[in-house]
Amino acid sequence: MMPLLTPLRRLRRMLPALLVGVSILLAPVLVLAVDDPSEMLPDPKQEARAEAIGSQLRCLVCQNESIEDSGAGLARDLRKVVREHVAKGETDKQIMDWMVDRYGNFIRLSPPLSVGTLLLWSMPVLALLLGLTTAFFAYRRRAAAPAAPPPLSDDEKARLAKLTKD
Amino acid sequence: MSTSPDNENLTRRRLMMGLPLAGAAVLGVGFWKMLAGMQRGSFNPHDINAPVLNRPVPEFTVPDQAPGQGFSAQDLRGLTKPVLVNFFASWCIPCLAEMPTLMSLKDDLTLWGIAYKDRPENAANFLKHSGNPFTRLGSDHDGRIGMEWGISGVPETFLVGPGGIIRWHTATPLDVDTIRNTLIPLLEKLKAS
Repeated sequence: MMPLLTPLRRLRRMLPALLVGVSILLAPVLVLAVDDPSEMLPDPKQEARAEAIGSQLRCLVCQNESIEDSGAGLARDLRKVVREHVAKGETDKQIMDWMVDRYGNFIRLSPPLSVGTLLLWSMPVLALLLGLTTAFFAYRRRAAAPAAPPPLSDDEKARLAKLTKD
Repeated sequence: MSTSPDNENLTRRRLMMGLPLAGAAVLGVGFWKMLAGMQRGSFNPHDINAPVLNRPVPEFTVPDQAPGQGFSAQDLRGLTKPVLVNFFASWCIPCLAEMPTLMSLKDDLTLWGIAYKDRPENAANFLKHSGNPFTRLGSDHDGRIGMEWGISGVPETFLVGPGGIIRWHTATPLDVDTIRNTLIPLLEKLKAS
């Protein structure tokens, strides 16, 4: 009796871990933004393109989410529009322009390069240059400083020996 | 006069101290301006800067919404007087709150309404209860017309000037302050030109 029960008991003990494992495996499937499978395009290639475009578009209701991530009604409507345009065979740029034409540049999650955003876009390079300059000066100052202090004189050695004796 | 090494060192030290300070000062002024603008209401980082502003109304036609008659871009372009176009919905509480303001406006300004993503019977009922300030009424059942206008919710209001040019837009419910401080001066300017 006992040996027969053990595997069952072991399985029961493993059940929570199993559930966690399965839900972790399923999570990527669940977070796919589209909340209704009928929204998706039948052609997986087109659907992937629509998702790529949608993830660049700001949901104007919950403003820090893309329309692919958002559950707002407007986001759903915009997702639908993106898919319609993709199915029609429009280019990414055409679809982006359609959106910007109606909602302005604010709908783009990454702002386009323009005079107003030049500082924003050049910030990584500027920060790198600033860091390199600082590092360069710091390095030069360290190089200019004496490499090692002069060796101890006999007097100093004797004093050190005396101090460290006890 | 040539600079001694000591002098040169001093200039460099001043520069090293001064540059970050100057940078911080510039940033500070920038942030201060942004915050001041946010407080005054002239700067809003969440603003959807409606690109339709100062453009002709988009191409659209809204079918009739009881108890009114629908309209199209052509109807707005043919006008010689300004019209206030208001997107509303029966499911929208701010729209309900806005209705008395619209009712008080209707004798002085032509108001046209578009029911956004609403069941026609619900919108009709809504207007029966709150009063109907609109002379023309259309239904945007699936929200596609709203998209053409660039709205992100309801209520949103557009002032359409003569010739069908969109002159002003707000994404908040109309209130007395906005009407007095923004809308009336704008209408006077439109009349003068």
